[in-house]
Amino acid sequence: MEATTLGIVIKAIIILAIISAVAGFGTYLERKVLAFMQRRLGPMHVGPYGLMQILADGIKLFTKEDIIPQNANRLIFALAPAITAATAFIALSAVPVFPDFTIPSWIPLLGGTFVPSVAADINIGILFVLGMMAAGLYGPLLAGMAQANKWGIIGAARTAIQFLSYEVVTGLSILAPIMIVGSLSLVDFNSYSSEHAWLMFTQPVAFVLFLIGGFAETNRTPFDLLEHEAEVVSGYATEYSGMRWGMFFIGEYANMITISVLTAVVFMGGYNDMLFLPGWLAIILKIAFVFFLMLWVRASWPHVRPDQLMWLCWKVLMPIAVINVVITGIVIMV
Amino acid sequence: MGLEQFKNRNVGMQNYRMLDLGQTPTRSFDKFKQVVKRTFKGELFVGLWVTLREMVNSLFRGELHTVKYPLEKLPISPRYRAIHDMLRLLESGHYRCIGCGLCEKICISNCISMDTRYDENQRKEVSEYTINFGRCIFCGYCAEVCPELAIVHGSRYENASEQRASFSLFEDMLTPIDKLNLQQEYDGFGAVTPYADDHIKKTPLAY
Repeated sequence: MEATTLGIVIKAIIILAIISAVAGFGTYLERKVLAFMQRRLGPMHVGPYGLMQILADGIKLFTKEDIIPQNANRLIFALAPAITAATAFIALSAVPVFPDFTIPSWIPLLGGTFVPSVAADINIGILFVLGMMAAGLYGPLLAGMAQANKWGIIGAARTAIQFLSYEVVTGLSILAPIMIVGSLSLVDFNSYSSEHAWLMFTQPVAFVLFLIGGFAETNRTPFDLLEHEAEVVSGYATEYSGMRWGMFFIGEYANMITISVLTAVVFMGGYNDMLFLPGWLAIILKIAFVFFLMLWVRASWPHVRPDQLMWLCWKVLMPIAVINVVITGIVIMV
Repeated sequence: MGLEQFKNRNVGMQNYRMLDLGQTPTRSFDKFKQVVKRTFKGELFVGLWVTLREMVNSLFRGELHTVKYPLEKLPISPRYRAIHDMLRLLESGHYRCIGCGLCEKICISNCISMDTRYDENQRKEVSEYTINFGRCIFCGYCAEVCPELAIVHGSRYENASEQRASFSLFEDMLTPIDKLNLQQEYDGFGAVTPYADDHIKKTPLAY
């Protein structure tokens, strides 16, 4: 069925609404999971089991004073958080989040509208998503350089080295699955895994490398160099307050969701029906698992030094990724 | 813990366990081999297992360390000298204080002031009794000197107040008559904590 403009607009609104709500809820989940792993209770007082904590945090962020430092470049300082948040959501436009569905015809006005699984099913989907997420790194980079703060500068420098390190690994590791599927569209990935085994099992090396690259891409813990408090105060976000800082935060969590969705669709079978699980539930469970993995890793592992990250990405992961691509190519040819 | 073991308080290296870390590699191929060995050793998964185990323990076995402080409180040591309590006699319910005035005399910060008179049975009765908690240093002499175990230290340790001189009256510290059955005896000075035997440790002499 052909996707209409109305369907795409509805899909975009669904993505915006759901993902920003889930990103907010993700902060609550992260605090809870980390708390349980450290034998604490986490947020408990706002609402039942602290569920309304997001609301309290939101009110706090919205009502805080918005400070722009005296020597900062005001335009870039104001622009940088918007880059992070916007690119995170733009990246999601090419990601299939839910299966296709048609709005039932008894609903007035919108009845019968076909809502596609992807807002923009462009045939370079995966490239677009990775490119957009890479462009999102301009947010921390510009923010760190614009704020006239030495910790910000260090954060920006670390953004640059992290960006240069992981981007090679993510790109090369996803190359092997792309070669197998023969398409860059995420919908094709999904239909591939409806007929074949999950790429996670046929491409385990690419899967692990992509996870590592994804952790670096979202600044999650083993690679959270840009804003590691113990070392650089808050890195690129040192001078940010209020909702500008909140936009960085939402961007980071939206990116986490994007990486989770990418991992679920590319490597873990996407939104196909699984045994007795319907497709929409299967993909939600897969996304939730990858999201949980990120929190789990944060609770368990210490983070690496910048030089270790560069060493890891350039000297270890990149050769492995290249070898993986070559072997995959040979196997496909033979 | 045996007596011999208990008497040996020289902390040395006898309990240390040396780790066999092997040689630090110098050649680059050895370094490479070390990296490969450590990569496939699975130590990272041990870390993941530890946190997952703690999560399961805290979620399903209730092994949480959080104390929701104003709602629940940890027990304090019986030696702790908190806000004073005035105890009652268990048989008659009458307050134990006989108005001897020893606590007032011994108080080194002069924060106790009391007044007494004879009642109709020619028995001393406390007419005024205040403790100025702005001055009290919680030295515990009053409780130590009391011949009737009437003034003791209770367990109320939250003594932040709006005024520096917040007096406490006799009636405020006296055990409420309807809570007489809940009245706690004061173990007194030198009282050991419950389960003290489990917590006993050697005092190290030298490091």
